[in-house]
Amino acid sequence: MTQAGHVPGAGTPAASAAERARRDMLRDARITARDGVRPRIGADALCEAILLQGSDTIWGYPGGVILPLYDVLVDHPELRHILVRHEQAASHAADGYARASGNVGVCLGTSGPGATNLVTGIGTAMLDSVPLVVITGNVPNALIGKDAFQEIDITGITLPMTKHNYLVRSADEIPHVIAEAFHLARSGRPGPVHVDITKDALMGQTTATHPSVAEVEAGLPGYKPKLDGHPRQIKLLAEAIAGAKRPVILAGHGVLIARAERELLELARAAHIPITWTLLGIGVIDETDPLAYGYMGMHGWKHVNRAIQSADLLIGIGMRFDDRVTGNVRTYAPKAKIVHIDIDPAEIGKNVVADLPIVGDAKHVLDALLPLTTKVDPTTRVDYFAELATWRTESEASSWHGSGGFRDGVLSADFVVERVAAGSNFDANLTADVGQNQMWVARYGGFRRANSHLSSGGLGTMGFALPAAMGAAVAVPGKVSWAIAGDGGFQMTLQELATIVQERIPVKIALMDNKKLGMIRQWQEIVYGGNYHSEELAGPDYLKLCEAYGLPAWKVAKPEEVDAAVAAALAADGPALIWFEIAERQNVYPMMPAGKGLSDLIDKWGDDGEDITEGDSGPRVDPTDPQSGGAR
Amino acid sequence: MSTGSTARSLPGSGEERRHLIVAIVNNKPGVLNRVASLMRARNFNIESLAVSVTERSDTSRMTLTIVGDEVHVEQAAKQLYKLIDVLKVQDVTDESIVEHEFALIKVRATKRTRPEIVSVAEMHRSKVVDLGDEAVIVEAVGEPTEIDTLVELLREFGIKELVRTGSVVMSRGSGSIEEQVKR
Ligand SMILES: Cc1ncc(C[n+]2csc(CCOP(=O)(O)OP(=O)(O)O)c2C)c(N)n1
Ligand SMILES: [Mg+2]
Repeated sequence: MTQAGHVPGAGTPAASAAERARRDMLRDARITARDGVRPRIGADALCEAILLQGSDTIWGYPGGVILPLYDVLVDHPELRHILVRHEQAASHAADGYARASGNVGVCLGTSGPGATNLVTGIGTAMLDSVPLVVITGNVPNALIGKDAFQEIDITGITLPMTKHNYLVRSADEIPHVIAEAFHLARSGRPGPVHVDITKDALMGQTTATHPSVAEVEAGLPGYKPKLDGHPRQIKLLAEAIAGAKRPVILAGHGVLIARAERELLELARAAHIPITWTLLGIGVIDETDPLAYGYMGMHGWKHVNRAIQSADLLIGIGMRFDDRVTGNVRTYAPKAKIVHIDIDPAEIGKNVVADLPIVGDAKHVLDALLPLTTKVDPTTRVDYFAELATWRTESEASSWHGSGGFRDGVLSADFVVERVAAGSNFDANLTADVGQNQMWVARYGGFRRANSHLSSGGLGTMGFALPAAMGAAVAVPGKVSWAIAGDGGFQMTLQELATIVQERIPVKIALMDNKKLGMIRQWQEIVYGGNYHSEELAGPDYLKLCEAYGLPAWKVAKPEEVDAAVAAALAADGPALIWFEIAERQNVYPMMPAGKGLSDLIDKWGDDGEDITEGDSGPRVDPTDPQSGGAR
Repeated sequence: MSTGSTARSLPGSGEERRHLIVAIVNNKPGVLNRVASLMRARNFNIESLAVSVTERSDTSRMTLTIVGDEVHVEQAAKQLYKLIDVLKVQDVTDESIVEHEFALIKVRATKRTRPEIVSVAEMHRSKVVDLGDEAVIVEAVGEPTEIDTLVELLREFGIKELVRTGSVVMSRGSGSIEEQVKR
């Protein structure tokens, strides 16, 4: 006989299952004693699946429903779990790991707040096409949808910011889902994949085997990334190149993802075309190469934007003509025919109309293009390259560039970035934060190698640098890993100092302290007519902070001290920090106000050099202009 | 200095019209949510949506109507196709198709108006499926414009309730969208 109660559905099988699950949650029962042979459970299958995919590091943080996994981690010693101090850092660290190595990054959190803390890092990876597998625990099956303790509809939250996501309710599904998640994360246009696993699935016994790649692909009939470009389009591209007088290559992240740097250079050499790059395209070519022309866009080099505006052919490869790159589309490269090569068909025709669209992987398309490319005799482009060289000289003769590092008694940020990079012969991995520091890194980092520049481009996530540099340091132990962060962004994730000290992760931190939300101050100066608000930023005594966390630190306020501090930080065994007290009011120039065109750069160079004084620079931009958007 | 000679045209500035999109998707929980979420996030307005299982129990078919210019709708189709659970997307607007919609219309009725309502329904290839003292239910099948006309005529009597399924479409001849799904 069932008893009527105040719980809806009381006495039904569903209600008793929920009741059982609730009791289990409270008990948090260990499944079996470790001594003695214990059965294989879902959590074991998860560890095996990750290892089988070639990943050996998980960035994570425990909590109630994910504890069954922590209970078996000790039985999978090849898998290194790094305990972070906040789940946001776990997702950024996995992201940095992936960007620096090209492998899939893995991060982990518990249900509810653990999962929501991962969200910023998932969004960051999504907008920058970074392969992540994000694992979260969820409450037992019977409690799903009941607002149980720490239950949140996390797959509902991550749906629009993942390449795909899963809710796994049974241990038997785990091997297949994890293999599929890795496959989706790294193939085609990469991106984050989220796998939410209920506690029952982690704890359930299973004998399910791991699928082969062929089996995974067979299970995905709706997923067939198109790698090869259409031969007819590629032939048209070869013809367009042969006929162009002022061609410019716009290289983006897709070139790095496809590992097509060599093919890119071959094309540029064969057809004698200058290479420019987007923020995430930095590293596609050694910046000292004669064909490397520079960084484009909102804070890009003026000479680069000029070249784009005067081009007759733009060849966009693995980039998406986003608004930071084009400015106002109507005035973008008015004389150019636009070729757009991208693996994602939805990118083509989204932001600009492509005159010649090619859907395909950058490497495949370039491989097919190279044999069709007519060699161009450099002497036929002498005038073009001479003009480009003049423009470059002009923009490099600006008051800030190569300023010798000293202005009005303070350190200039561009100088610091350049010396930090030079300290490792331009071979270190530099991870930028967001704001002015990010633009200085992009402009003055002097990159010579693929994947040596890490930056949150699409989402512009402050707090990215330290955790991502931590990921890069673990992924590529042979290279120095610098986090170059503003005082604002650093204060968003500085809790990870404890992680790098505990785990002995040798991240070197260059703290660019202008005691301001610098980029906000710059916008308020230029766009909002000097109406400053909330840009003054107090910070702690960073030497004391580092002492408390237990890592060596130096404070530098004079240009002549920079090199010695960089050398000392590099010589330190393990993590270290340099506190650079940089100019408080230095602006990043040139600047294209949002909504304006690439020819409308605000540029104080070569005037009186008085860029540090507030409130006097450039035309005022209308903040009510809907195209103007907000600060970065 | 933005006085460019020739202004570059923006994608999606062409003429707007109604498009019919067919999507073949995996028949799994949550797929409808993925489609709806994507359309919302990317600012595509779905005018109507009809979903049902196909000949194969593991796939469903969605028919969406979207208003927009060619580029806008093509972008919607491409974004849809990026969903892992979407197997095939086709804009069938300009193809030779049968497009039909189904509607139930509950019309206010009196002894006097009932025969009139019945004859209006019959003139429009519709039938009366429920005959009450104060209301009748008219069932209509046809092209959306035909249903619009019928609804307009019935409005005179007073409509108490109206439900429409949104269009479903099928190409004429022997071609089959479902058979084109590569597995
Ligand atoms: C999480 C987050 N919040 C807010 C912003 C908006 N924002 C962009 S740059 C910036 C100021 C950054 O200041 P700081 O980290 O000190 O770097 P600086 O510009 O001074 O180099 C802010 C608040 C953001 N990009 N990310
Ligand atoms: Mg700052």
